[in-house]
Amino acid sequence: MTSSRFIITVIGSDRVGIVARITSVMASFNVNIVDITQTIMQGIFTMIMLAEAPQENFDLAAFQEAMSAEGKSLGVEVKVQHEDAFRFMHRI
Amino acid sequence: MYINPNEILETIQMVRMEHLDIRTVTMGISLRDCSHPDIEVFNENIYEKITTRAKELVRTTNEIQSLYGIPIINKRISVTPIAVAAESCRSPDFVSIAKTMDEAAKDSQVDFIGGFSALVHKGATIGDLKLINSIPEALESTEKVCSSVNVATTKTGINMDAVGLMGNIIKKTADLTADRDGIGCAKLVIFANAPEDNPFMAGAFHGIGEPECVINVGVSGPGVVNAAICELENPNLTEISETIKKTAFKITRMGEMVGREVSRRLGVEFGILDLSLAPTPAIGDSVAAILEAMGLERCGAHGTTAALALLNDAVKKGGAMASSSVGGLSGAFIPVSEDAGMIEAVRAGALSLEKLEAMTSVCSVGLDMIAVPGDTPASTLSAIIADEMAIGVINRKTTAVRIIPAPGKRVGDSVEFGGLLGNAPIMPVSNFSSETFVKRGGRIPAPIQSLTN
Repeated sequence: MTSSRFIITVIGSDRVGIVARITSVMASFNVNIVDITQTIMQGIFTMIMLAEAPQENFDLAAFQEAMSAEGKSLGVEVKVQHEDAFRFMHRI
Repeated sequence: MYINPNEILETIQMVRMEHLDIRTVTMGISLRDCSHPDIEVFNENIYEKITTRAKELVRTTNEIQSLYGIPIINKRISVTPIAVAAESCRSPDFVSIAKTMDEAAKDSQVDFIGGFSALVHKGATIGDLKLINSIPEALESTEKVCSSVNVATTKTGINMDAVGLMGNIIKKTADLTADRDGIGCAKLVIFANAPEDNPFMAGAFHGIGEPECVINVGVSGPGVVNAAICELENPNLTEISETIKKTAFKITRMGEMVGREVSRRLGVEFGILDLSLAPTPAIGDSVAAILEAMGLERCGAHGTTAALALLNDAVKKGGAMASSSVGGLSGAFIPVSEDAGMIEAVRAGALSLEKLEAMTSVCSVGLDMIAVPGDTPASTLSAIIADEMAIGVINRKTTAVRIIPAPGKRVGDSVEFGGLLGNAPIMPVSNFSSETFVKRGGRIPAPIQSLTN
């Protein structure tokens, strides 16, 4: 693990307020958005964020739980994964 | 974004839809410093050593699973072959050692512990024989303990005395676990050229050339390979090979990342990454399905051996490019009961024991998780083992036999083991006797390594 950056993916059907509610959970954990992109893949709303977590006193498990719970109430799937999971697979 | 969104979604798709997983993080632990003439003291020593070394294994592995969002299915331990570590114990049998291993595995919260093993490819010591004779009761009285016996290598040939003995041990193990369709045999592997760093069960043990403690990782992903092939439009076999290589590369990278991070956090050396396409009973997570995606109507049809050869070779090439630590078995597994496509192929009459034997000459392991009639004679089991060992010895590769003579079952019946072990239709064996051949004993000499035709 080389950083405290995470890839956050939100997958599900589009509706009003997804970005607002997901990002407010991030703000409450002091997680900063570095980059954000959204697209419709095969009719499914997909938002991908590169986010930076604070270096100290960051509780990953609690953050993942809060994000996943917020996703559930919105009817979308939210995943928080360390960026290395993608960097390692696709970059040498 | 510096990582392409399509790549991110590809990775997520592999996990969500195609069953990509880290099959196992296996901690290898040396028990060579635990020897003691008193088996009680030996048992205390190994319990202490295993539970101390593996104390943080499961917690750390679970943390890594959440960090990367990649499922890690099993956490396992492998230990020095018990026949070596317990050689000096004066006790006439080693069953209590298996029970201690089981207890240590349960207290460490791991799924399996391997290493109730002996290496007898040239001959057996007193300790080896004590261990082998303890196998049936050991597997009957434990849940998590796996056992393996190496009876042949390319350098030494095939120890036919051991092969003969193992036929009887398999029968006894099946009989002792008759109430559970002979499940004891699902935890027992007979090897030729056994790898010392394999993280997969039931054959994992911590070889005598290994360090004090090591982390080995087994990655799997037949579903991912299958999906990648299915996406190609009317491909030729060169294109299929290329796609398998690229997919294997990606899967391997994921395993390497996980293995290195687990070992860094535990402060334990990273050993190897075993890239094996290990199927599960889940639909689509099947090696047979990959072969069928290449164009065979059913796995077992003529052409299956060629298709499997292509698959196995491409997996190794992709894996070797992705990591310098590829080891263990690394290839395609073809366990019948654990692969929905194999089970279907057997039921449809497309796949026989003979065809499976041919397939094992080009794939990574051998006759794996095959259920045969309960009245199969021990000598026939030994002869099946001898055939498989010969394929491994002559081809300088690992081969193995994990066969279950299911008590009271006949061809047409099936057995249900549950979980990752799946279910298996009973396959017919030859009714002609091999008894005189097996009873001769002795050693089939090591093969010549030149004049290879």
